[in-house]
Amino acid sequence: MPRTRTTDPSHATEKAARPPVAAPPPPMPRRAPRKVRLWRKLTPWLFLAAPLALLIAFTYAPVANMLAYSFTDWDGVSPELRYTGPDNYIEIFTRPELFQVFFVSGYYLAASALQIGVALYFATILSFDLRFRNLFKGVLFFPYLINGVAIGFVFLYFFQDGGTLDSLLALLGHESDRAWLGTSTSANISLSGVSVWRYTGLNFVLFLGAIQSIPGELYEAAELDGANRWHQFRYIIAPGIRPVLSLSVILSISGSLSVFEIPYIMTGGATGTETFVIQTVKLAFQFNKTGLASAAAVVLLLIILAVTWLQRRLVPDDRADLV
Amino acid sequence: MSHRRTLAGTLVAAALLVSGCTGSGGSSEGADAKAPDDPSKVSGTIKVLTHRTDIVQDGTMKKYADAFNRTYPKVKVEFEALTDYEAEVKIRMNTENYGDVLMIPAVIKKNDYPKFFASLGTEKELSEKYRFTDFTAVDGKVYGQTTNGGTPGFVYNKKVWAEAGVTDWPTTPDEFLTALKAIKSRTDAVPYYTNFAAQWPLTSWTYVNGSVSCDTGATTALTEGDPWAEGADLRVGDTLLHDIVHQGLIEKDPTTTNWEGSKPRLAKGEIATAWLGSWAVLQFRQAAEKAGTDPDDIGFMPFPAQVDGTFCAVLSPDYNQAVNINSKHKEAARAWIDWFSTESGYADDNLLPSVLKDAPLPEALKPYEEAGVKLIELDDAKGGLVKEIDSASEVGIHGPAYRQDLVDLARGAEDGDLDDFLADLGKRWTEAAKTVGS
Repeated sequence: MPRTRTTDPSHATEKAARPPVAAPPPPMPRRAPRKVRLWRKLTPWLFLAAPLALLIAFTYAPVANMLAYSFTDWDGVSPELRYTGPDNYIEIFTRPELFQVFFVSGYYLAASALQIGVALYFATILSFDLRFRNLFKGVLFFPYLINGVAIGFVFLYFFQDGGTLDSLLALLGHESDRAWLGTSTSANISLSGVSVWRYTGLNFVLFLGAIQSIPGELYEAAELDGANRWHQFRYIIAPGIRPVLSLSVILSISGSLSVFEIPYIMTGGATGTETFVIQTVKLAFQFNKTGLASAAAVVLLLIILAVTWLQRRLVPDDRADLV
Repeated sequence: MSHRRTLAGTLVAAALLVSGCTGSGGSSEGADAKAPDDPSKVSGTIKVLTHRTDIVQDGTMKKYADAFNRTYPKVKVEFEALTDYEAEVKIRMNTENYGDVLMIPAVIKKNDYPKFFASLGTEKELSEKYRFTDFTAVDGKVYGQTTNGGTPGFVYNKKVWAEAGVTDWPTTPDEFLTALKAIKSRTDAVPYYTNFAAQWPLTSWTYVNGSVSCDTGATTALTEGDPWAEGADLRVGDTLLHDIVHQGLIEKDPTTTNWEGSKPRLAKGEIATAWLGSWAVLQFRQAAEKAGTDPDDIGFMPFPAQVDGTFCAVLSPDYNQAVNINSKHKEAARAWIDWFSTESGYADDNLLPSVLKDAPLPEALKPYEEAGVKLIELDDAKGGLVKEIDSASEVGIHGPAYRQDLVDLARGAEDGDLDDFLADLGKRWTEAAKTVGS
C-alpha cells in the first residue's frame, strides 16, 4: 500500500464512513475462546481508562465532594464539620435576595443574543470566498485565546475615565468623559460587552465549522436556480447549522447564568454587577460558609440543567436534513 | 433507565467516601515549639510561607535569611511567596503540608489555633516581652507572633494640605471635611482617593474602631451591641467616608481606581489623602523617590476624633507568624519566628512599630509622638467571636463589599440613604450576634 493512502486523513474517514455493505464482513468464528472474549470486552475499557480516571478525579469526585459539603456546615478549613441535613438548601430558598442577582444575568443573556447574531453574520460572510478571509478569521477568534484575567485587567484600563474608550470616542469627535463602570446599568452593559468581545470568536468558529461542512454543490445548485446570498443563508446555511445553533444557545444561556471571571476581576461584584457565582464565591471565601456555598452551587447546577432540559423540550434537536 | 440510577448511586457513594477524607491535624494537638537553647545546635530545613511576594523576589528575604544563618548556621530557610495568600493557604491547610512557618490566615477560627499551630508558650510569660500576645492566645497559650505592629491613619501629601491652608490635623470629622473642601477649591489635587477598585484599601476603614472612642474594649463592644448605633466608632468612620464621597471630594471615577498608580500620584500631589495604615508610608515614600519628589512630603495623620483633647490611634498586630503543628523542625521554626520579629530589623526597615514592648516608635510615627497621640492596644479576647458574628451576618467588616456598597450609595449609583443602610447593617449584625457563640 502506498504511504500516502494510510496517512491521508481524508481517505481514512472516507473508508470509515462507508456503509458496511460495501465490504462483506470477514467470516467470524462462531465462538472465540474465553480468553480472547475477555480481552475483547476489556479492550475498549483499557483505552478508556486514562480519560475516565481523569474525568472522575477532576470532574465527578469534586462534584460529589461539593454535594457532600452542601449538607454540612463546613467553614472550608476547620477539621470539624457537622452534618446539617437540608438546612443549607432551606436557607437558600428562604432568602429571596440570593436570587436577585439573577437579574444581572439578563444583561448577559441580551448580550449573548447579540453575540450569536454577530458570530453568525461573520461566519456566513467569511464562509464565502473573500479577500483576507483567513486574516479576519484569526482576528475574530483571537480574543477567545486570551486569558480571562488578562482581559479583565485590560478592559479596566479601557473603561477608565479618560481611558481608551473615551479617547477613541474623542477621536470620533464625541467629547465624552464618563465613568463606564460608574452606575449599575452602564457597568453591566460594559461588562457584558466585554463578554461579547471575548466569546464571539468561539461561536464564530463553531458556526464556521458547521457551515463549511455543508456540501459546496448545494450552493452551486442554488445559484443555478437563481438564489441570492440571503436565500442561500435562509434555506441552506440556517437549517444546515441548526444543531450547532441550538447548542450555542444552550451554552450561552447556561453561560449567562454562571458569569464569573469578567465581573469578578473588573468590579468584584460592586455597583450592582454581582452574579450568582460571585455571590457563591463570597459566601465560601469571605464568610467561610463553604457548606452554604456548595448548596448554592448545586442549586445553580440544577437551575442550568432545568433550563437546558426545558429548552430541549421546546426546541427538539432535529437532524439537519438538507437534501 | 437503570444505568442512571447506578450512576447516581456511585455519586452518592463517592460523596460519602470523599467526605470522610476532610480535615487533618489533631494528631499532634498540643505540641509546643520551644525556643532553642543553643542556636548552634538547631538544624533542619524550614519552609516559610509569606504574602510578601515583593521582598522575596527582590532578594530582601534572602538577606534576612543570610543574617539569620549567622546565628543559626545549621538551619536552612526557604521561602514560598503566595500572591493570593489567604485563599491559597486556606486550601492547603486541609492537608498537613502548609510550610513550617506561616502567617495565620484570617479565616482560621481562634479556637482552632491549637489544632493547626504549635504553641509558642504561655501568654503570661510572653506578654512580659511582646505586644499583642492576646491576639493569638487560646486558653492561656500563645500560638502566633506578629512580625510587626501597625496603626491606621491618613497618608497625605503635606505640600498639598499646606497649599490649601490646612496646617493642623483636623480634630473632628467636620473639620476634616472642611479641609478636604479647601483642598478641592484651592488646589488641583483629588482631595481623597478611595481605591475602590482595589477593594482591600476600603477594609481599613474598619480600623477606626477604637480610634474614635479611645476605648481599649472596642473589639468587645462589637459583640455587645450595634456597631452602627448613634455615636459608635464604626458609624462615625462610615459616616465620614459616606460624606467624603457624597460631597464629591473623591476621584471622578472610583470604579476604575488603580492602587499602584495611586502611589506616585499622591507623591506628586495629584492626590491629597488616602485612609490606609502606617505600613503604607514607606511605599509612598519610595514612590516619591521614584517620581523625583520629596519623600518628606508624605505625612501620616490619625483619625479626626479626639477624646479629652487627644487623638487616639489603635496599635494592632500585622499578620501573625505561627509554627505548623505538623512541622518536623519546630525548634528551628520557632527560632525563625523569634529572630524575624525581634532581630531581623524587618519592622524598622518598614517604618513599623516593633513587636517588642520596650522598642521605640518608628520614625514614621514620630509626628504622632510629638502631637501627643495616644497609642492604644485593643483587648482581643472577643476577637474570635467578632469574626464569627461577621461571617454569620454576612456583613463583612473585614471585607470590601459593604464599603463598596456604601461608596456606591454615597455617590448616587445606588438608591437609599445612609441611615437605612447603617440600620440594616446593625440589624443583621445584632441578629447574628444572638445566634453565634450561644
